[in-house]
Amino acid sequence: MRVAVLKGGRSLERGVSLRSAARVEDALGRLGHEALPLEADAEMVKRLAAERPDVAFVAMHGPGGEDGTAQELLEILGIPFTGPGVAACARCIDKVLAKHEMRASGVPTPDWLAFNETAFRELGAADALGGLKERLDFPLVVKPSRGGSALGVKFAESRGDVPGALVSAFSYDDRVLLERFVDGRELAVSVLGGEPLPVVEAIPRSGDGYDFEARYEIGRTSFVCPAQLSEEETRAVTEAALGAYEALGCSGFSRVDLILAADGPQVLEVNAIPGLTDTSLLPQAAEAAGMSFEQLVARILELALVPAVA
Amino acid sequence: MPIRHTIPMADPPHRRRAHARSSDLERYAGLFAERTRVMRSSAMRDLMAVTAQPGVISLAGGLPDTSTFPPQAFAAQMTRIAQESAAEALQYGPTEGFRETVDCIIEVMGAEGMLPDPEDVIVTTGGQQAIDLLCKALVDPGDAVICEAPTYPGAIPVFCSYQADTIQVECDEEGMRIDELEAVLERLDAEGRRAKFVYSVPTFQNPAGVTMSLERRRRLVELARSRELLVVEDNPYGLLRFGGDPLPPLYQLDGGDFVIYIGTFSKILSPGIRLGWAVTPPPVMEKVVLGKQAADLCTSTLTQYFVREYFRDGRWREYIESLIGIYRSRRDAMVEALGRYFPPQATWTEPDGGLFIWATLPEYIDTSDLLAKALREDVAFVPGQAAYVDGRGRNSMRLNFSAGGEDEIREGIRRIGKVIAEQVELYGALTGERPAAPARRAEGEAENVVPFRKTGEGSA
Repeated sequence: MRVAVLKGGRSLERGVSLRSAARVEDALGRLGHEALPLEADAEMVKRLAAERPDVAFVAMHGPGGEDGTAQELLEILGIPFTGPGVAACARCIDKVLAKHEMRASGVPTPDWLAFNETAFRELGAADALGGLKERLDFPLVVKPSRGGSALGVKFAESRGDVPGALVSAFSYDDRVLLERFVDGRELAVSVLGGEPLPVVEAIPRSGDGYDFEARYEIGRTSFVCPAQLSEEETRAVTEAALGAYEALGCSGFSRVDLILAADGPQVLEVNAIPGLTDTSLLPQAAEAAGMSFEQLVARILELALVPAVA
Repeated sequence: MPIRHTIPMADPPHRRRAHARSSDLERYAGLFAERTRVMRSSAMRDLMAVTAQPGVISLAGGLPDTSTFPPQAFAAQMTRIAQESAAEALQYGPTEGFRETVDCIIEVMGAEGMLPDPEDVIVTTGGQQAIDLLCKALVDPGDAVICEAPTYPGAIPVFCSYQADTIQVECDEEGMRIDELEAVLERLDAEGRRAKFVYSVPTFQNPAGVTMSLERRRRLVELARSRELLVVEDNPYGLLRFGGDPLPPLYQLDGGDFVIYIGTFSKILSPGIRLGWAVTPPPVMEKVVLGKQAADLCTSTLTQYFVREYFRDGRWREYIESLIGIYRSRRDAMVEALGRYFPPQATWTEPDGGLFIWATLPEYIDTSDLLAKALREDVAFVPGQAAYVDGRGRNSMRLNFSAGGEDEIREGIRRIGKVIAEQVELYGALTGERPAAPARRAEGEAENVVPFRKTGEGSA
């Protein structure tokens, strides 16, 4: 099979994408497929149209690749592609939209408030911050709505931290959310073709929480897979993860990040196209389920070829 | 609806136990050396990966301009090497470097008033390798190494990879604060520790663009003598002076007893030839040579031959003069653009030489986040955090003026100014302290140029 591997792009997660793609290309070769590496640039559509691959493996993360943009083009070109479709990508990349969808479907997600920049600039939303404490107790997590990584995510211990955190978050997106901080175990459930893989737990080795740097660096965070959970906990976590996956209309594969708090799991976000680097969680979860990286890639391709109803 | 498949996961409880410790990550994690844990972040690397995209005006690099090096001269020199010394130029050379290369080095150092003993010189693969070899010879894990705050971002990964305890001493417009350095040394004394060396870029510092005053140079050299403390003077930019009077290098003031000198041809000829050097006292040299043997046996013979040819006609000073002319205009363009486009709350240095300006913004602006916003405007800079080991520098940035033309510099600064202004305005709206609309300053007016981290003052 001829498989175009879409990678790179201008997203801040470009580096991660290139590392994911390199691994996928390698695995495709070992599986006997012909890998066609394709940098996401102005030539991409032209090359896809000329090469007519059997399938496109989307190994792009963050805006541009994970938000449905590339997927829309692939639909126009009529090329089957891996991972979720356009609508699911668009929902997952936007945390605010995703949280609305999850809440509407009864999937637990922490309380939040969302603002866009125009509201602050033109409608005086700053005045609404005064009543923040009544709506959401501190500490809060301030996040850009779009963006797959932890870039621009800041903790606000008190009111004084909020303006600076908002300025940071607005650097990445014109919409931000203030989310109730949920203390608990950090878990990730990768879902492959609608089936959950073993739960991964991220345990920071040092410092404050799960940061962007630790996420891609071997040794900075230790991962346990499968996470040491009771049967009941596993059931609750898996149920929440599958609920989120379905609420957002994912298909193929995705990764659901959640916190297991004392009163149960809370879904933070769904990564439509999670990383496939040597430190990424989906490949680890697959391995814990007895799948090699090649088997994982083969399975993702198989799922891509299943025609989805738009 | 997509058809659901069952994942091949036979007897999960048993498999889970069997694989619990054997994921990819754990398998590699067991192999990595302890020092890789302290190697620097990849977040910055990922951000920087985007800065290299076509269409991005990058003020993030540190590239000297190599576009005006005459191709005819380059061709003639390489041809002469091929015709006259092909066999030797393609062969290994001595670990210390060729004597002829050392003669060129002595000529370059002589231009700044230094007169080293040729026996004390080793030719290295760029100045960067000299930093690495000195750490290799001197630093055990946990040893204290002192450097400036901010320091050369490229030195940090070296210190980290040798697991040094890197201590940064605050800089102001006169370079490293010697009073703070003394306090650090006293603290180490009290802890029964001794700093292995003090690393400094005293002239046109990377990243801050500041130059250590003569008085502080004297005090630093005295301190080194009285405490038998090694000082590593990294001086890539000393000859690139476009204003003010030259100051004696630390090496000249000390005479080479306690000051180790690092030089490079990167900024005065070409970084692509990877030729630098170190000048050290003989006992240190012995260890450095052993370290270099282990690292790469010898520095490129071919490029050493090139330097020898290049210096033969004695026109190397003319080339530096031409570079100085180019860089002076580019610095002027950048300083002028900063005055025009950066908000009044920003400050920046005005270097008399080198390649960099250091700008400091209001404290609530994190320049790593600002970079993400700037990249959407197709412009890049180095966030200040890259010049610190401890997360400081979050509201500063390094701006390079050597790599691009004046129009590009002006446009780059305009775009950065635009995103800063947006953040300043947003912060004002959020806190209710809406700042007055920034008054645009007239061209050439410099009232908002505040000295870099002046002693006793905050950075705002």
